[in-house]
Amino acid sequence: MYTEKVMDHFRNPRNMGEISDADGVGTVGNPVCGDLMTIYIKVKDNRLEDIKFKTFGCGSAIATSSMITELAKGKTLEEGLQITRANVADSLGGLPAVKMHCSNLAADALHAAIEDYYKKQKATREVKK
Amino acid sequence: MPNLSKEKRIYMDNAAGKPVDSQAVEAMLPYMKSSYGNPSSLHLFGQEAKRALEEARMKVAELIGAEKKDSVIFTSGATESNNLAIKGIAYRNKDRGTRILTSSVEHMSVVNPCKYLGTKGFETVFLSVDKYGFVDLESLEKELNDKTVLVTIVYANSEIGTIEPVKEISKRVHSKGAILHVDATAACGQIPISVKEEGIDLLTISSNDIYGPKGVGALYVGEGIRLEPLVHGGGQERGLRSGTENLPGIVGFGKAAEIAKRGLPSESKRLTKLRDRFIGGLLKPIPYSFLNGHPTLRLPDNVSVRYSFIEGESMLLSLGMMGVYASSGSACTAKTLEPSHVLLAIGLKHEEAHGSLMFTLGKQTTEEDVDYAISLMPSIVKRLREISPLTPKELPK
Repeated sequence: MYTEKVMDHFRNPRNMGEISDADGVGTVGNPVCGDLMTIYIKVKDNRLEDIKFKTFGCGSAIATSSMITELAKGKTLEEGLQITRANVADSLGGLPAVKMHCSNLAADALHAAIEDYYKKQKATREVKK
Repeated sequence: MPNLSKEKRIYMDNAAGKPVDSQAVEAMLPYMKSSYGNPSSLHLFGQEAKRALEEARMKVAELIGAEKKDSVIFTSGATESNNLAIKGIAYRNKDRGTRILTSSVEHMSVVNPCKYLGTKGFETVFLSVDKYGFVDLESLEKELNDKTVLVTIVYANSEIGTIEPVKEISKRVHSKGAILHVDATAACGQIPISVKEEGIDLLTISSNDIYGPKGVGALYVGEGIRLEPLVHGGGQERGLRSGTENLPGIVGFGKAAEIAKRGLPSESKRLTKLRDRFIGGLLKPIPYSFLNGHPTLRLPDNVSVRYSFIEGESMLLSLGMMGVYASSGSACTAKTLEPSHVLLAIGLKHEEAHGSLMFTLGKQTTEEDVDYAISLMPSIVKRLREISPLTPKELPK
């Protein structure tokens, strides 16, 4: 039911882990629904210098988390915000229909992490003022 | 899904489907090739078929301790048997009452007919169960009233293995004049069942669950129990299930019943030993791991466990990569995206139900298979917990 690409990312997830001094953190999902993912980002010169994830969920939840870190790493924040759920699924060679909504949250988690970064930046600027 | 362990192919999902016993396959063949008559025909071919049909009926009756072979009605499987029992009793007795009691740990082929009847003027009460999955006898007594025509309860649950106190349930049901239907799909062939001694009015049995072919089942209908048929036609099966009988399937079912009855005491003992070895091996080395269902009052084939902080499908994929094929109550393995209603009914939180893993053993399962599966779990759980953001401090109290 899963593509080889999905299984590859499930077996060998890229960029798995946490960033203790992350510039932005995004968490989406809920263990009640069976999927919960957190994306950590490190930003330098408006680029996603480092990105890591932690995920509770099924095979596709883990694979999509891993895939988004590959897609986003090195991109500008604006480019990161433009990565969609569909981009993630396509890069994995597709996901089973039933998984498209519930376990394809990685793009949302990345966007949440970037928003979190913007919010923190704004707060820092306001403190400096 | 790739199998990285080329030499291993270990099937541990016997509740979902079983191999057909080779003696049953052999027994079936003549009824496809040479004795292909219709049991309703009066000529030689028909009589040959009729004899085989009645012999199979006798063997199934013997397996469940039924006194008369004519009390066994062949169907297309457990789903049809459950539908026939529930709707057949409800329709036939609607002048007497419209209340049906069932449990909250039933198979969907009981849940959905009951819900369907709810749209047709009947009222269904889903009785609660305790943390092991035992039906609450007090609420059964409380909910039974003059309007109750049918109580339908699973003999043993296929997901968590818990064996219900059928005799106790039967006493209470009959004291109020209601009819008891028991779904013995998972239990039959694994543990001794006697419809007579246990006071069961209707009993559902499935052929494949006792190593017979798929697409065949039976409903035991006790003496004096009247049903409304669901399928009308030529009046086969005492008019309760019209249609030319699936003779090869029924003969295979009969053979499987004969083999199951003979082998039951020793196979039940063997599986129980394997089951307990398996459960111990899955839980002892891994913290935050738990058994679902009762430790001893459970089916010999059922190993249902759960691991905190991780999800069932990802465990199944990991096991599959190593050549072990099992099942999970996680929403992520279901079409509905809801975790198993059985696991929720025994009081598990959604996130706990998601972390469940179910192995069902069979005749082909060896101690070596069990030990191999046990050996895989610690590293699978460790890896998935490393990936997971959940930790013990987030555990619900």
